[in-house]
Amino acid sequence: MNLFSIALRNLKYRKLASFLTALSMALGVALVVLVLTISGVIEKSLERTSNVGYNLIIGSKGSPLQLVFNTVFFLSKPVENIPYSYYMEYLPGEGRQQELARIGGEIKEPERSGLYSFLMKGGFAIPLCMGDYVDQYRCIATTPAYFELLKHGDRNDQDYVFSQGRNFVDYSEENGYFEAVVGSQVANTLGLKIGQEIFASHGAESGESHGQGFRVVGILGPTGTPNDRGAFVNIEGFYLLEGHVAPDRDEESGLEKAGTAKGPEREGVKSRVRLPVEKREVTAILLKPNGFAAIGLEKQVNKTKFAQAVSPIAQIEGLLGIFVRPLRWALLALTSLVVIVSAISILVSIYNSMNERKKDIAVMRALGASRDHITAIILLESLLIALAGGLIGWLIGHGLGPLSNPWTMPATGVKIDWFAVQSQWEWWIVPGLILVGTLAGVIPAVSAYRTPVAKSL
Amino acid sequence: MAKELTGKLLEIRDLKKSYTEPTGGVLPILDIPYFAMDRSEQVVLRGESGGGKTTLLHVISGLVPAESGSIQLEGVELSGFSEAKRDRIRAAKLGYVFQTFNLLPAFTALENVRLGMSFAGKKIDRERAKDLLERVGLADRMHYLPGQMSVGQQQRVSVARALANRPILLLADEPTANVDPANQDRIIELIARSCEEESVGLLLVTHSDAVASRFSRVERLEKINQATGNQATGFRGLSAGVGGVR
Repeated sequence: MNLFSIALRNLKYRKLASFLTALSMALGVALVVLVLTISGVIEKSLERTSNVGYNLIIGSKGSPLQLVFNTVFFLSKPVENIPYSYYMEYLPGEGRQQELARIGGEIKEPERSGLYSFLMKGGFAIPLCMGDYVDQYRCIATTPAYFELLKHGDRNDQDYVFSQGRNFVDYSEENGYFEAVVGSQVANTLGLKIGQEIFASHGAESGESHGQGFRVVGILGPTGTPNDRGAFVNIEGFYLLEGHVAPDRDEESGLEKAGTAKGPEREGVKSRVRLPVEKREVTAILLKPNGFAAIGLEKQVNKTKFAQAVSPIAQIEGLLGIFVRPLRWALLALTSLVVIVSAISILVSIYNSMNERKKDIAVMRALGASRDHITAIILLESLLIALAGGLIGWLIGHGLGPLSNPWTMPATGVKIDWFAVQSQWEWWIVPGLILVGTLAGVIPAVSAYRTPVAKSL
Repeated sequence: MAKELTGKLLEIRDLKKSYTEPTGGVLPILDIPYFAMDRSEQVVLRGESGGGKTTLLHVISGLVPAESGSIQLEGVELSGFSEAKRDRIRAAKLGYVFQTFNLLPAFTALENVRLGMSFAGKKIDRERAKDLLERVGLADRMHYLPGQMSVGQQQRVSVARALANRPILLLADEPTANVDPANQDRIIELIARSCEEESVGLLLVTHSDAVASRFSRVERLEKINQATGNQATGFRGLSAGVGGVR
């Protein structure tokens, strides 16, 4: 029998005490794993989601974090709107004039290019309108470019794939401007299928439902991003819904002119008549400027009175630095204390057994075991309890994460995979346990080392 | 000197051991000018309780260091060895049968025997462990824990364990003291026969006339131990130093 099997047999003989001490260690390690998993998932998800293929978000003046939460994560309350004509200032090249020609309407200086066109060469600008809901999910009105130009994945290199159907188009013969694409989670939860209609409710989950529905033409494959819980509708159709028409404003005071929030006359769903540019507003613009222009553009925009430009990555990094990481360290410190208390319980358990095992130790010495053998056996016992408890705790920690998916995924959009190590800090659990297990065994081992053989036989 | 002693299995000269009394005084336990055993010889050592028999076995086995004198095992001087070296000698060359069997309760009969092999630094001979248990009549009890066996069976396991490493000398400390008379003869017979078969020397401590009568050489400790006279002072239950077991 080697020292390992002797230590193992001793632990087996004291089953209950060994199990209980291992369990206390399991609890501590499970908590550490849970903290690391949850904080790792949050951090990774935030970082991954903020890396969505665009550099800036343009929105109305206000909280930058709220703009990011609203636009990237579809959380928090929608921010104020900005004019559609302002979005057109970002269209690259002749985009401003082409957009006006496509949509129709009146804007100042229709002949010129957008103010920021020169910074957008080779890039893109995608408008978003938010504020409506489909059931409990956010309704995001945008253009087909959202799924054509944006990408996702850890390296932001994966195209959006439709598990069923296709992307919505600007106008189709079957559905006019009223097509929609839903995220995988929305489709699953609401049981949506291709061909069904979804109805946006105005302003809030409990808001009044618009009479005009959007035909679901595509269901996104799961992406692990907030897009899984989004209902995306064609922005052209969205503008035609009741209450989505911006009123005229007094040029000097900026006040709304009563009775001017009226849409165009249309004949049937398939009418090609669009809402004119001056009656349109957007909630946010997703921008990918040309090369390094983002920094200069951000500064320029932030000098204006009514708009702000926000870098989602910078905001998320700030959020991680101020809130998520310090909280993780605080929780880790607390859970590490649980591990230390568990280690002390191992120490107490083995130390208490020393008195009744003095004779066994003396017998082993009489059989030729050296003091070093005895010390090693006791240290191994402590180490085995710590590692066995640690393994159980690791399994519990990683089991609880995925088991909580049904509750946490709808709220966070984050899926926790089985046994996926979310934080590199988790690898420190193994040397940590070896250290703690060894330290816990030191005092009992010293006591065993000093056992007077002749007296104890 | 070493040349002169080469034929002996065990040779003790001028061995002295004493304990410190709680009052600070010194109590001599062993003072043996000379004692020797031949190879494979079986010797019974008799003496009064508290006469130093167990202490002598502890000193021979290296569990307790002697204060002075010489102990040679097959001509190798043990008295100057470090504790670690004494441990190795004990594991490789000596077998020990205790009065109270001292089987480890967490281990089965077979594991207790293998445990005896674990510390000798040699590869564990699994077949020998089984063979020894078969020879002591416990083929059907190999996987029993000590608590599941009778007193006689436990002592037989301890005999098998003591022989596990093919020792050259078996030290038996009143091995039948806790065994009923019916089993006493069987145990002694087993020890004596096993030692014969394995060509192992036997130094058996007892104060039983019946046990002593089985062996041709019986020594009285009082005769070889000059310190025995001091025991007449009646001091018992030493607690200082490594005392307390005599």
